[in-house]
Amino acid sequence: MPKEMLPYLLTMVLLMIGVYGIVVKRNIIKIIVGVIITEYAVNCFLILQGYRDGGIAPIMTADMNTATFVDKSVDPVPQALILTAIVIGLGTVALMVALAIRLYEKYGTFDISEIRRLQG
Amino acid sequence: MEVLTVPVLYILLFFMILGSIVALEARDLLSTVIAIGAVGYGLSIIYLILNAPDIAIVQVVVEVLVLVILIRATVTRDDTTYGQPRDVFALASALVFAGLFLGFSYYVFQWMRPFGSPLMTVAKDYLAQGLEATGAANYVMAVLLDFRAYDTLGEATVIFTSIIGAYVILRSIGRKRRESAFRDDAHS
Repeated sequence: MPKEMLPYLLTMVLLMIGVYGIVVKRNIIKIIVGVIITEYAVNCFLILQGYRDGGIAPIMTADMNTATFVDKSVDPVPQALILTAIVIGLGTVALMVALAIRLYEKYGTFDISEIRRLQG
Repeated sequence: MEVLTVPVLYILLFFMILGSIVALEARDLLSTVIAIGAVGYGLSIIYLILNAPDIAIVQVVVEVLVLVILIRATVTRDDTTYGQPRDVFALASALVFAGLFLGFSYYVFQWMRPFGSPLMTVAKDYLAQGLEATGAANYVMAVLLDFRAYDTLGEATVIFTSIIGAYVILRSIGRKRRESAFRDDAHS
């Protein structure tokens, strides 16, 4: 296990904390927070994959040519895809919170063990 | 500056782990929301030091919106679950599988590229041809809006669907009930 793998392992620990929140907690808001933590961990892991030691941001300026830029820039592909994933995460969180608010209006609690009657 | 990147990364990752534990174990739901906000802003600084400024800006904006949505859900509603007995089976299985997953990932990481030297087979072509092909100086935007534009179209579809879903769920009176109410008025 080289020392360079420690950031990956820390993001995996963060992922496991999020999964713990989803599985163990009984409050719906805490479950949503667990989903958010899981999402942050996966996004962070994929951005760490594209990092290059001593690299520069993938933005071209006037004083550099293409050859040196290819050798120095970090990977732009994971950044573009994670940009998409972050915004989609916002949409799913909004949907989950809307469901939680409706459940609170109907049952008067956030406790999932008391929300049993699944009827229309 | 480059020497500092990795230590600052470790500090911020430990900060995020601590903030997540606080967010999940706090008694007050408002403390939970504020702790998850701290975690999100730490993640934004991580993106900034990893040379991803576009992602850092988007993360800050999304974090503000998530905090507003979560506070709308939690304010004036109290947590009745605290103080009740825990589900021991769920706790034990979560801890066992977290340990198994971490051990497996520790074993698997030795076949991955080490941190700081990415595999850039696709990105090399994008970086070499991006300026001539798209005319964009920012290569993240070149990938997002030109090379992978169909992904962005799908993302817009997902956002649209989730907003329609949230609107339908939060509507105070369903359409069917309102129609039946009008019908009852007409009969009476």
